Amino acid sequence: MGILEVKNVGKRFGGLQALSDVNLSVKEGTVHAIIGPNGAGKSTLLNCLVGKLIPDTGSVSFEGQSVLGRKPHEINQMGISRVFQTPEIFGDLTVMENMMIPCLAKRDGAFSISAYGAMMDDREIVERAEHMLEDMRMIDKREMHASSMSRGDKRRLEIAMCLAQEPRLLLLDEPTAGMARADTNNTIDLLKEIKETRPITICIIEHDMHVVFSLSERITVLAQGTPLVEDTPDKIKGHPKVREAYLGEQSGH
Amino acid sequence: MTDQTSNAGAVRPQTSKAEKSGLFGLRGKDASLLILVAILTLCAPFILNPFPEGSAMAQFNAGYPDLMQRFVIFGIFAIGFNILFGLTGYLSFGHAAFLGVGSYAGIWSMKLLTLNVIPSILVSIVVAGLFSLIVGWISLRRSGIYFSILTLAFAMMSFALAYSVLTPITGGETGLQLKYFDPRILDGALAEGTTPRANLFGLEMGTSYELAVGNWLFTFNAGYYIAAICMLAAFYLSIRIFRSPFGMMLRAVKSNQQRLNYTGISPKPYTLAAFVISGMYAGLAGGLLVAMDTQVGAERMFWTASGEVVLMTILGGAGTLIGPVLGAGFIKYMENIVSTINKTTLEGWFAFMPDGLSDVFVTIVYPFVGKGWHLTLGLLFMAVVIFLPGGLVQGGQKLAAMFRRDKSGTGATKAAKE
Repeated sequence: MGILEVKNVGKRFGGLQALSDVNLSVKEGTVHAIIGPNGAGKSTLLNCLVGKLIPDTGSVSFEGQSVLGRKPHEINQMGISRVFQTPEIFGDLTVMENMMIPCLAKRDGAFSISAYGAMMDDREIVERAEHMLEDMRMIDKREMHASSMSRGDKRRLEIAMCLAQEPRLLLLDEPTAGMARADTNNTIDLLKEIKETRPITICIIEHDMHVVFSLSERITVLAQGTPLVEDTPDKIKGHPKVREAYLGEQSGH
Repeated sequence: MTDQTSNAGAVRPQTSKAEKSGLFGLRGKDASLLILVAILTLCAPFILNPFPEGSAMAQFNAGYPDLMQRFVIFGIFAIGFNILFGLTGYLSFGHAAFLGVGSYAGIWSMKLLTLNVIPSILVSIVVAGLFSLIVGWISLRRSGIYFSILTLAFAMMSFALAYSVLTPITGGETGLQLKYFDPRILDGALAEGTTPRANLFGLEMGTSYELAVGNWLFTFNAGYYIAAICMLAAFYLSIRIFRSPFGMMLRAVKSNQQRLNYTGISPKPYTLAAFVISGMYAGLAGGLLVAMDTQVGAERMFWTASGEVVLMTILGGAGTLIGPVLGAGFIKYMENIVSTINKTTLEGWFAFMPDGLSDVFVTIVYPFVGKGWHLTLGLLFMAVVIFLPGGLVQGGQKLAAMFRRDKSGTGATKAAKE
């Protein structure tokens, strides 16, 4: 039994069968990559996991509990955090404030109206946020407006915000898309560090094979909405079906 | 959001958090801002009457009770609107409906219960809060322009209902006034033919004390001070909301709802709470309007009234603490002072010029004053939105920054000379 179990999931958009009969089991504590050519249904699958889309058939369960029919914020409260393809952060807020929001969400839940105390007087939250920023080596940027940071720093902040909630499962949607080589390598190092220092399961959707092979322990290859193979990185590299799917895509270019 | 809770909020921190933070739990700058606003509002009768009676400039004096009351009441309205629009970014185009509903509730309290303003204001706040809960619950299903249109639709519906179908409750076209024969179960019956006047435990709202110093005349009005105290409480509460975790969540809603959702927080209850809070502020403003001038008409809910509070907030600076109050004061000043300048006054001003020239000047200036004050307001509004997107507050900050640079500049040159 994995921490995340996807069984027979199918999703249809009008005439397009985006996903059909997807089975996936992510083992606790591993880094699991989902790869596949464009249009393979990777993002659709991810959206089904976080409650943004509801699959037509099948079931998705996290730690034995079904996530279907729950709203994104409820699924997040179960322990699944998500990193987006383009960093989604609170651009108008400072880095420190960005960091305090997940800390509050972790402590107070989905809604708590406390208009009484000043935010900066909440020692517990301030300390947690500062600690997290120190961990991620961003403490010197604490008063910066989040929107004025570089792409790489925004990504780092977004990952930090996700980690501040202490999720058991971290989903990453093409975390290095559109990044310069240096930023990509920084992100890989950051994810490696997270993997080593925290008891967390990571599920990553990625295009960049360099990222996939340097991070993941298991890889699922998705093609035309169905999983083609699932195996360790070494075996995937030499797998004839995978080569076919990717070569087929490349020859089309 | 009632007077009671805001007072309680003001008292509590002194016992629990006094050692950590300054005045009523506010930090340095916020505390100074609150003190500054308190001094300005309490001394308003002096500040707004800088010109001696009978002088040519006397018509620019704004220190008469009726106008001062409007400054603070519309200040409250705009402060509340800013909690919704400034923090969450949801642009309600129907906030006057809550003001109107608050006014109707307030006058009914004066008709049925007592002429005392405290129950009337409380009833206004509660009824406006409930009404905004319903409107908000429905309108907040959509965001952006659809939300604005929904709120506008609700406000216009309320206006139309108050104007026609609900005449038994709202008085229709004529509106509602107090009558000596209203039931008023808590007060004794009034003598036939007397005019009922709102009071605070016997102190009538219209009571004024006039202080004449030389040629100057300063009026201290009971109603104004009651409204001013309400505004200070409202302002204090809005500072607390801005600085609280709740306020930060509201800013997060404006910044990125997607991320908020995927951080385990549902934006809906936050926006609804902000909507109801600002609806209650509008109710407080409506209740105070009734307390000061005991009559209500449906035109208070017309869409131009909703638009006015949007203008006030943007003109002053949406999302800033003091902006809405500045904007409200600015617009009400224009509305009441610039609009009173007529052709005769203008001719008086330009009388020192040769005949032909003065006529030219009068003709040029005339469209911008008197009934044309909207034109001046519109031009100013355009200028502010184009050059100072942060409103008058941003203008003030730019000026302050310029002065500081000048100072440090002259300091540097001095040092260089030495």
